[in-house]
Amino acid sequence: MADGLLIIGSSQAGVSLATSLRALGYDDPITLLGDENHRPYQRPALSKEWLQGEITNESLMFRTQEYWDEHRIDVVKNERIIRIDKNDDGSGVAHSMSGADFPFDRLALAVGARARRLLLDGVDLPGVLYLRNADDALELKARIPDVRDVVVIGGGFIGIEAAASLTRMGRSVTLLEAAPRLVPRAVGEETSAYLLDHHRATGMDIVLGASVRRIVPRGDRVGGVELADGRTVPADLVLVGVGVIPHTELAESIGLVCDNGVRVDESALASDGVTVAVGDCANLPNPVPGAPAGDRVRFESVNNAVEQAKVAAYAITGRREEYAGIPWFWSNQGDIKLQIAGLSTGYDRTLVRADPERGKHSVLYYRGDRILAADCVNHPLDFMAVRGALAKGLSIPHDAAADPSVQLKSVTVDPAALVAAD
Amino acid sequence: MPQVTYTDHTGASRTVAANVGDSVMETAVRNGVPGIVAECGGSLSCATCHVYVDQDALDSLPPMEEMEDEMLWGAAEDRQDNSRLSCQLKVTDGCDLHVTTPTTQV
Repeated sequence: MADGLLIIGSSQAGVSLATSLRALGYDDPITLLGDENHRPYQRPALSKEWLQGEITNESLMFRTQEYWDEHRIDVVKNERIIRIDKNDDGSGVAHSMSGADFPFDRLALAVGARARRLLLDGVDLPGVLYLRNADDALELKARIPDVRDVVVIGGGFIGIEAAASLTRMGRSVTLLEAAPRLVPRAVGEETSAYLLDHHRATGMDIVLGASVRRIVPRGDRVGGVELADGRTVPADLVLVGVGVIPHTELAESIGLVCDNGVRVDESALASDGVTVAVGDCANLPNPVPGAPAGDRVRFESVNNAVEQAKVAAYAITGRREEYAGIPWFWSNQGDIKLQIAGLSTGYDRTLVRADPERGKHSVLYYRGDRILAADCVNHPLDFMAVRGALAKGLSIPHDAAADPSVQLKSVTVDPAALVAAD
Repeated sequence: MPQVTYTDHTGASRTVAANVGDSVMETAVRNGVPGIVAECGGSLSCATCHVYVDQDALDSLPPMEEMEDEMLWGAAEDRQDNSRLSCQLKVTDGCDLHVTTPTTQV
């Protein structure tokens, strides 16, 4: 094994794979290859703490150079792979745009996803930005001093986080969301409603059911966003956050099965049985206990990148560990800390635990008696209790949880005991 | 230079030079200290940078705020009187802090 493992993609999933492998004692060469001109860095703060100047560039870095050197992880920047020649045994050579060759014994795809582009008149005007990577964030931050009116298109997490940050920084922000509620894919109606009220109270203008017709210029740059109802919202800057598209081109080019991401099994192995795919680019079997058979998911989360990388590291070192984590997510939006445990898909009832005086608001999702998930706003106790219960296969009875003064951790039960008591 | 010493649950120790203003968590992660996971990168969302602080240093640390207190109740290994989340502990000038990492963080 002379060439070792080539990891294409040096964001959270790629970095986690490399560091997990060394922690497991994997001794072959590891090349961690990224296409940006930055050392591997963490993304979540780009739309929040970093944008608001609360933390430095250095604090985004995953590891010191000494760490990479000491652990013999060859970190390569600024190389974009455009073609891969792969053999049946999983080895091959990756060719970069600059003409460099990266031979490998085994390949890992941690290639992530790109921001989905808007297809509208005016989207190419200067001042229309996306927020996916550090360069996007640097450009956004550089423009902020000259900006008064901001329009954010997209009321998902990235859009709301950036809108909340910009509102805090004193900008006049209008958030446009096409759906009738905020974050429609990731949270339920009660949480959407809570976020709507909260952000409007901070001064953010939020338009739901917004249909954007085009982006209009003022001079040679962006000047506003025209809606289908004819009104134009003025904008010195337009930030687009309308979801991502997983990078599957390289995987497809080497014959791997792709469908909303690179299809992998519970061990993060792609359809050739040897290449691994981890993070935002991977489509994996739904890991939540009790999920419908055959259900598949693609997560855009740090937690998934870390957990799946761990599983892939086991697979590469010849041990078979299945993804068994409980998915969880967080989103800091101004002074709101939203933490989500589990997946609420398929719920048939909810339970709201609110403490308005302390700004706490949790929504628990149930299917029958089984708790599936929770959205928790400024309520770490509830979040940690639900995450812990799901991880241990415990249940939190709906009736016991209904009293918001009850600590959820104190009412978790073994579902088997419930059945026995019936 | 200030420094932080991390001792894992087996008793193995490692001392790392730290920058003033960085957190005890950041110092650990950037240097690859095992035993600190820090999935959320320090935004007080995951409780995977739990540490036990040496008793004699406890009083010199800034008191914990409510969020940290709540998060600690859900840490993978049960909290103790000297539990803190290391993302909330900033390295100060002259700092020579000793912390112990739990058996597991997740």
